[in-house]
Amino acid sequence: MSYTSDNIIVDTATRIFQDLCEPATINDAEKGAWPKALWDALEESGLPLTWVPDELGGAGATMADGFAVLRVAGRFAAPLPLAETLMAGWLLARAGITVPGGPMTVAPVHSDGKIVLRDDGKLAGRARRVPFARNAGHIAVLTHRGNDAAVALVAAEGLPIRQSTSLAGEPRDEVSFDNAVPVAIQPVALDQGLLVGFGAAVRLQQMAGALEKILEQSVQHALDRSQFGRPIAKFQAIQHNLATLAGEVAAASAAADGAAEACSGPEIGLAEVAIAKVRGGEAAGTGAAIAHQVHGAMGFTYEHSLHHATRRLWAWREEFGNEAVWAQRLGRMVARHGADQLWSFITQGS
Amino acid sequence: MNFSFRFDPIELPPEAKELRQEVRAFLRQEAETGTFVLGDGKGSFSREFSRKVGAKGWIGMTWPKKYGGHERSQLERYVVTEEMLAARAPTRAHSTADRQSGPVILRYGQEEIRQKILPRIAAGELCFCIGLSEPNSGSDVFAASTRATKTDGGWLVNGRKIWTSGAHHADYMIALLRTSPKTKENHRHGLTQFLVEMKTPGITTRPIINLTGGHDFNEVVFDDAFLPDAHLIGEVDMAWKQATDELAYERSGPDRWIETFPALVELVRRAGEEPSERLAEGIGREVAHLATLRRMSLSVAGMLQAGKTPSVEAAVVKDLGTNFEQALPDKVRLLAPQSGDSEPDSNDDRFEEALRYATLIAPKLTIQGGTREVLRGIIARGLGLR
Repeated sequence: MSYTSDNIIVDTATRIFQDLCEPATINDAEKGAWPKALWDALEESGLPLTWVPDELGGAGATMADGFAVLRVAGRFAAPLPLAETLMAGWLLARAGITVPGGPMTVAPVHSDGKIVLRDDGKLAGRARRVPFARNAGHIAVLTHRGNDAAVALVAAEGLPIRQSTSLAGEPRDEVSFDNAVPVAIQPVALDQGLLVGFGAAVRLQQMAGALEKILEQSVQHALDRSQFGRPIAKFQAIQHNLATLAGEVAAASAAADGAAEACSGPEIGLAEVAIAKVRGGEAAGTGAAIAHQVHGAMGFTYEHSLHHATRRLWAWREEFGNEAVWAQRLGRMVARHGADQLWSFITQGS
Repeated sequence: MNFSFRFDPIELPPEAKELRQEVRAFLRQEAETGTFVLGDGKGSFSREFSRKVGAKGWIGMTWPKKYGGHERSQLERYVVTEEMLAARAPTRAHSTADRQSGPVILRYGQEEIRQKILPRIAAGELCFCIGLSEPNSGSDVFAASTRATKTDGGWLVNGRKIWTSGAHHADYMIALLRTSPKTKENHRHGLTQFLVEMKTPGITTRPIINLTGGHDFNEVVFDDAFLPDAHLIGEVDMAWKQATDELAYERSGPDRWIETFPALVELVRRAGEEPSERLAEGIGREVAHLATLRRMSLSVAGMLQAGKTPSVEAAVVKDLGTNFEQALPDKVRLLAPQSGDSEPDSNDDRFEEALRYATLIAPKLTIQGGTREVLRGIIARGLGLR
């Protein structure tokens, strides 16, 4: 499968974020202010519905386009549910449901804790840590009646929501779907594990973007900051730390592309997702630590923007399954294939 | 400004996928006839095997047909290389020439030498070694002092190369020799590449036994060894200009992350079909690293195919890859089910042997072909820090 993205879409996204996603916008959003100007510009550009075909009300662009937009959003620490709206659009489109406008999110975001579709057509169940639920107009819910999966489009208004945040200060809310009546509902060939896998691929692009950002900030800081009479970039210890950071960024980025490819067709390739979430999660930890070390005390202030990326990296690596969860799953896949098939397992798909 | 290095995804063309199956079938057959043991060799040396690989058309794959090459893509070459390495096939007799020496001769060698040497490399008949390091010139490659002095019809060489892998098997060496002093402006000036026939009178090769007890590297002493003019490769005193792209070929390949792979294979064998949580997680982590490195390595092959010179990207792959393969044996050691948890069987010997070998070779992995410190310096330069 070819995996190319239209640069016009990346350029459009970049321009919007450059103009409307300032560090102050991100800090205000953490305090609860909705970044209306930024959302409106994104919505007008059609970017949130990149993964929805024309006939269902979307922009009808490629999967690669959407993943590329997510990477830009990660670079800029976009403090709104762009990733979640893209993902909700993808989920609704998979079930053939016409997509409404406005911010959306998805539920559930964990492999366990099902939302049940009752015989009376109403939903039952709670979803934990739903991203940006309080800001969403609609929620795309993967629900089950027995073993049959369906996608339900649910209006968020009136749903009991208990607010909470991630360690990056982004909304992660508990939502009760008890007695909720879906606006639309359609069967879908998907299960919760695959939905979580797709979510991991989404977060991985954002993580790759955030890692690119902290590499850029760290290199620039090392060139600008002088100590002992010269820029700290001239010290070999700093150079080697930044070289290590660059390697981690490159690995996370390549791994994220692998996960994106594996999530761009009708099938979701969980092995590629597992590989990427393990490697990307490790890179997030190692990379953020180096970026902070290079920035010294300045990078530990709320005033400096470094934490916009690093706190998100720490939050995102945990979401849709952390390194330990995915490593264990991957290890079990490998064990089932057996030692003599390990190399075939690694080269499969290419 | 974006400082990130790009490793774009590569989709292998159908012919490369077919080729992979062909190589696997060949290797299975060779293993069955007893040429080597699948997954168990230490990448050893067999001229017989190399000639068979040459006959298959899998050496010098990307070179022009007029020099015995096959005009296939870098991606096809990549597939052959990784399959050979993963199976631990005995490729030592041709791997250096295929990867490094052949491409240097093709690019900078004189026509007469290209015609004479390249077809024989492609046929799997010639074994090469690389004469870079000297007693006082290790990481500082451009400090080499082994001299080539102009004489009638050629050059006289005096000095010493050291840590030269496979010199005792090699038919030829590509040597970096001093032809002029370095200049104040350019400390890399004054070195020249030459083709050296190892049988030349005045050349003595002495073994240096490494800590595994094995004989791989050597000391090579030159005492008025005569090299004909035709053996000059590229411009006199200007070897530093030729070195950069050579490294892109040398540093990004599967051999930079796969050396200790058998230890992981044997751990998976020991783990069985239903490993503990801890063991499954440990295996998963290592496989995630390995698969990502492979993706990056393949991406560099794609850059080479596109005519780029990705020397910094290659340094990134080698730094990540050698750190991974070096750390792997220690991870495997601590993950392995202890006796009592696992059924003792004959596989355990294979596990112990793979782990022992991987542990012993681990230290060299971040030294050979450019130390970790040198690579990080190259990456830092790529980031604009120096």
